[in-house]
Parts: sequence; C-alpha cells; structure tokens
Amino acid sequence: MDLSAINPVLLIASLMVAATPLLLAAIGELVVEKSGVLNLGVEGMMIVGAIAGFAFSVETGSPLLGVIGAAICGALLSLLFAFLTQFALANQVASGLALTLFGLGLSALMGQSYVGVRPPAMPRLDLPVLSDLPVVGPILFSHDPILYFGIALTAVVWAVLKFSRIGLILRAVGENHDAAHALGYHVVRVRILAIMFGGACAGLGGAYISLIRVPQWTEGMTAGIGWIALALVVFASWKPWRVLLGAYLFGGINVLQLNLQAAGVAIPVEYLAMSPYLITILVLVIMSADKSGAPASLGRIFHASQ
Amino acid sequence: MTGTLLSISGLTKAYPGVVANDTVSFDIQEGEVHALLGENGAGKSTLVKMIYGLVKPDSGTMTWRGAAFAPPEPRAARASGVAMVFQHFSLFDALTVAENVALGMENPPAMRDLAAKIRDVSENYGLPLDPDRTVGDLSAGERQRVEIIRCLLQDPKLLIMDEPTSVLTPQEVEILFKTLNKLKAEGTSILYISHKLEEIRTLCDHATILRLGKNVGTCIPAETTARDMAELMVGDTLHTPTRTITEGGEVVLDVKNLSLDPSNPFGTKLKDISFQVEAGEILGLGGVAGNGQDELLAALSGEALTDAATITVKGDPVGDLGPNERRNLGILAAPEERLGHAAAPDMSLTANALLTGAIRENLTHKGFVDWASTTAFAEKIISAFDVRTPGPHTAARALSGGNLQKFVIGREILQNPQVLVVNQPTWGVDAAAAASIRQALLDLAGAGAAIVCISQDLDELMEISDHFGALNEGRLSEIRQAVGLTVEEIGLMMGGAHDLDAPEIDAPAQEQSA
Repeated sequence: MDLSAINPVLLIASLMVAATPLLLAAIGELVVEKSGVLNLGVEGMMIVGAIAGFAFSVETGSPLLGVIGAAICGALLSLLFAFLTQFALANQVASGLALTLFGLGLSALMGQSYVGVRPPAMPRLDLPVLSDLPVVGPILFSHDPILYFGIALTAVVWAVLKFSRIGLILRAVGENHDAAHALGYHVVRVRILAIMFGGACAGLGGAYISLIRVPQWTEGMTAGIGWIALALVVFASWKPWRVLLGAYLFGGINVLQLNLQAAGVAIPVEYLAMSPYLITILVLVIMSADKSGAPASLGRIFHASQ
Repeated sequence: MTGTLLSISGLTKAYPGVVANDTVSFDIQEGEVHALLGENGAGKSTLVKMIYGLVKPDSGTMTWRGAAFAPPEPRAARASGVAMVFQHFSLFDALTVAENVALGMENPPAMRDLAAKIRDVSENYGLPLDPDRTVGDLSAGERQRVEIIRCLLQDPKLLIMDEPTSVLTPQEVEILFKTLNKLKAEGTSILYISHKLEEIRTLCDHATILRLGKNVGTCIPAETTARDMAELMVGDTLHTPTRTITEGGEVVLDVKNLSLDPSNPFGTKLKDISFQVEAGEILGLGGVAGNGQDELLAALSGEALTDAATITVKGDPVGDLGPNERRNLGILAAPEERLGHAAAPDMSLTANALLTGAIRENLTHKGFVDWASTTAFAEKIISAFDVRTPGPHTAARALSGGNLQKFVIGREILQNPQVLVVNQPTWGVDAAAAASIRQALLDLAGAGAAIVCISQDLDELMEISDHFGALNEGRLSEIRQAVGLTVEEIGLMMGGAHDLDAPEIDAPAQEQSA
C-alpha cells in the first residue's frame, strides 16, 4: 500500500471530470422536475447520447459535432416521453422506466459497429501561462470545454430559475398546474420544452462519458449514472448549487476509491466501489433535512378539462 | 360613469351531455356591481370562464364598450381590462406573494418595484400584505387579498369575483365590501358570483339569475327579498328546515379539557377545549378555517387519540379508542374533505358504504365482505337521501360535490348514531341539497342523537344549532344559546378580524390614488 502515489492535484482535476456527466444529467432533470414532470428515463437518454455522440464524432471527425449530435438525440428521445406523458397522458413513472429500457436496447443496437473504435479527442483548454501554473493550472485551466459548460449551465439554471420570468413561469407550472392554466400559461408547452432540455442535458452527459471520460464505446457504459442523477436532484432539494456539490462529492469519492484500489488499500474492492453511492446519498440526506422543496405538481398528470 | 361596459348576447356553450350555458344574455354597466346568482351547476363558472378567455363559446357574442370582444386566452382578456379572483384560489403555495402577483400580470415590473407597488395598493385599499411572505403560510383571508391585489395592480375595468366570501369572517367580509365599494366609486365594474343572498342584497346593483344554464330572470337585489331570489334560483318553492323542539335530555357527549398537538406540522394545537352536548341537541361550532376544526373532528372521531377520560359518551370514557371502536359505540363522524377523507374517490359507492358502515350494519362475516347487504345499504342511502347517480357501482369521484355530500352524510345518519360529528356538511352544496342535509341533521337530533356541527357557514349554524361556540386558534369560545345572537357578537366570538383596517373612502385618499 502506497498512499503517496495519490497525487492530490491530479485527484481534484480528475474528480471534476468524473463529476461532469452526473452534473449535466442532474441539472437537466432538475429543470424537468421543477416543471412538475418526473422523467425516470435519464439513464436511457444518457446512454443514447453516449452512442450518438460517439458515432457522430467518429463519422465527422469532430468531437464538438459529436457532442451537439448527442444533445439533439437526447432531446429527440425525450420527445417520445413528452408525447406519452403530455398528450397520451400516460403514467410518468412507467413511461420513464420504459424510456430507460428502450434507450439501453437502442444504444446497444446503434453501437454494434463502434466497439473498439477510438473517437477523436476533445481539445483541452490551453491558456498560455495560466494552464502551466502549478496546482491551479491543472485544476482550473486545463480541462475540456464541456466541463466548463457544465459549471456555467449550473449557474445559468440557478439564475434563470431564481430571477427570470421564464423561470418563475416554469416553477409556477410545477407548483400548481391548474392555477397556472387558469392564469393562461401553456402548461403542456412549458413542460415539453423542459423535458427536451432535460433530454439534451442527459444526452450531453452521456456523450461526455463516451468521448472524454472513457474515450471508447461499451454497452451499458453509463453504469447507473442516470439513476444517481435522479437521486441527486431529490436529495439536493431541487437546488442547482447543491446538485453541483453532490455531483463533485460523488465524483470525488469515486476517483478517490479508484486511487485507493490502485494503491492496494486493504479494504475489499466491493466496499470501495459502493462507497461513492453511500456517502453521496448520506451527505445529501443530512443536508436535505431542512424542508425539502418538491414541486407540488411533481409527477401529476395535467389535463386541461373545461 | 354610465354606459354599457360588457354586453353578453346569446352565449351558448355545450359540453358532451350537458349544455352549460344556453343563450345567456345580459349587460354589465360601467361602475356597477352586478351579481350572478345560481345553484351549483347552473353555469356561472363556465360563463365567467368565457369572459376571461379560458373557454370559447360555441355561439353568441360579447361586446366590450361597443367593440366585439372574443378573448382567445386569458392574456387577451387581461389586456382588455378583465381581472378575476378565483373561487379555488389560483395561487402557488411555494412562491412568495410578489411572485404570485407577478404571475398574474402581463408586464410585471422588476421585483423590487413590484414589492413597493404591492405595499402601496394594499395600504390604499386596506388589505395589508407583506410581499415577501410565502403564500403557503398565509390564512385564507390573506390569500384572497393576494388575488385581489393581483387584479387591482392591472387597473381592471371589470373585476370578476367567484364566491369571494366563503372563507371570511363577518368582519373580513365587511372590509371586503368596503374595498369593493371603493372600487365601484372609482368606476370599476364588478361581476359578483355568490349564492349568499343577503350579501348580494347589500352589495349589488343588479342581479342576473341562472338556472340550468339559462338566464331565468334579472332583478334589483335591494328591492327583492332573499326568498324570491332563492326561488328563482331553484325554480321551486324552497323548504326551510323545520324542527321539533325537544326537551333538554341527558348529557351524551362530554369533552373535558381537551388539549391536543396536531398530527401535521401546519395543524392547529387544540387548547383546553371543554363542552357538553345533550341528547337531541345540535351544537354549532363556527370559526374561520384552520382554527382547529380538523383537529377537533379528528379528536372526536378517534383519528387522534387522547386520554380516555377526556372524552366521555354517556359516562363511558372513549378518548383512547380508535375510529372503529367508537363506531361500535355509535360515535360517527363525517369529515370536511369529501374526496380522500370522507370517501375514497376511485372506489364505488358500495365500497365507500362498506368503509364506515361495516361494523354497525354487520356488512362483514368472519373477514369476508357481504356484498349483497353492502349494496343494499348503499342503495338505501341513495334512495333515502336522493343521491343523483346511476347506481351504487359508480365511483365516488364521478358524483358532483352536492350528491357525494348527501351520500357521506346519509351514510352516517342511516347508521343511527348516538353522537354525530360533521364538519362543513353543506360546503359547496347547492341550496336545495343543503336544505335537505340540514333537515336530515335536524331529524336525527329530533330522534335523540347529539350532534356537533362544525361549519364556516354562519347562516347554516344559526338555522340549525341550539347552542353556538366558535373556534379561534385552537381555543373554544364560551358556548351560548344560538337564538338571539347577533352577527357582531358572533364575529367577536370568532376572534374578529385580525390586523385589518377599513379602507378610507374619504376624499383625500382618493386623490392620492388617482
């Protein structure tokens, strides 16, 4: 066992990378749930985003086009969920689970010819001087653009929800869809847009895994990150900055336990592997002990009768 | 100001199986308070939804100050100057007062300016309100103020109010009327929907009466008796409940120093409540919603347990018995919330009859349900209480409020209780059904049962109670003989109006607001 082999700077830099897919998916789902819709299909949209992004970037040779394609595919897949729940008025839990199963199958089918292929690498930020600084450089200034986008997106979602009129309408729809309808807001339209935003974010998160975190394609490679994202939104009490905190905590412990495994710590691997899930949820449960702000219409079907 | 503000002509709207409005026509003048009267299901809500742009008429036209008016959505109606205070408040509990107001406006100013405006208007009209408070923490009266201020900030020409006084104390009603009169003096027209006839007589200039979707008459309320208006509304002579006076019997229900912590964090703590109800007596308990009514019902029905000796029935301690054990002893209850508390919405009437009637009506044998006698019991309730439904297999949710209320009250009364506790027995029920429910309660008392009737409808309590008390913040006022109580005395018993000032209607205030 040699703990000195663990480099704290690299640890922090890689925890940010590990946290980003989770952060992206969870921020998207946060917006969806704030509009009063519970989409359990995050995992399915992520894995479809992972293969779509992979395929797009391999075929075009551009990782950026791949990422954009992943977001579009995630949003398209979420439209299926939107159609089922907003027009056919199907149960949201069942539709979301179906979406996940469908996404897992679809991605396996799409990915058959991409196993073992290497995608083009995403360029990293390389600022002269800044990126070469010791400690600060690798942590803050040498990542890929999507990682910064994730943090910026968190800030934007927070600001839009808190200060803007669009955010207010979104929260109102999630809080009491009947009242929002009575005041003349388009509940279904707002929700479809929110669902598509969530789908795009989940697709982006998936592509981050297949293009940047583990640059390769394997079936089922999202490995439950979508489910963690769902739990994260709840335990973060629907607050964007807490989602960021939770994602980094999860990413951090995940990277740490991998390092500990590599360093040969005398704890069975299974315990280490489960630790990120346990600790993240434990911390968030303690933090959400204040009154949790679940949107009051969450998961309820809206039908504008009369 | 004179002239016609809104003219409605031949409006018709049909839903599958029912014509909600059938060629309704009437005019609203500038600066008048116009009443829209009618039973539940008479089509009042559909009509105002058409004016507010939520529902499109099938045929007919509306004219706004001489120009054609057909708002495709509420936004367009608001832009023309129509504002609406909804019966079931269209508020968002988790948002602040200012955010709620902003949601009802077309072009809200920045939050800081809006907060200042809200303070301004609320003081001007005597409706104090803090813009930063979360709506979920407000009382029903304060919530209504949020709705009214939301409307006032848009400077409406026509203010639609749907059953505004059902949640207010008499003092709050008085202040609301002063606000409305002030608005009227400033030239705003008000369309006032209510079935409380005395209110309409004091407040309104004209009244249009709807029955089954048709305009069946207009009148000037101040010159028409409440009884005549009621009969126009019902289309039939109205039966005033009659009662046989019984001699004071033995004490059946005795509650001593009942204190109880609420089961949910937003509930009201009951504080040292004591009262007695004799056989054949109806005790009416008034008070604004949220002052301990639900908790008191829970304590009496057995949903919340206390020390055994706190509640006794004919001398037997029952405070520590659950609902079924109490039912066995003849203590029955009908809670306020029909769907979800008094009845399971998606279950049939037969199944709902079984849920409370199983014990006293012997509807189960060795753990098996006797469906034949359960159905018979449900059918008995339906015929005895004139519940309009296709049959006992209908889901509770499918019944209208009034019919379901008749069913849940009937279900308890037919079990022949010794003690019956009802909360809001005629809430949201039309006049004819309300009269029959009240008559059934009086008959039950005549047969020797002790009845506790919790209600926010003071007219109802005055009509049927022998004694009256009021709940205020979990405390019970002194119990008084109901006969001879004045509205002022009742208001004081209910704790009066909190933190309210009457709006100033004198000249300087108007100059400021203009």
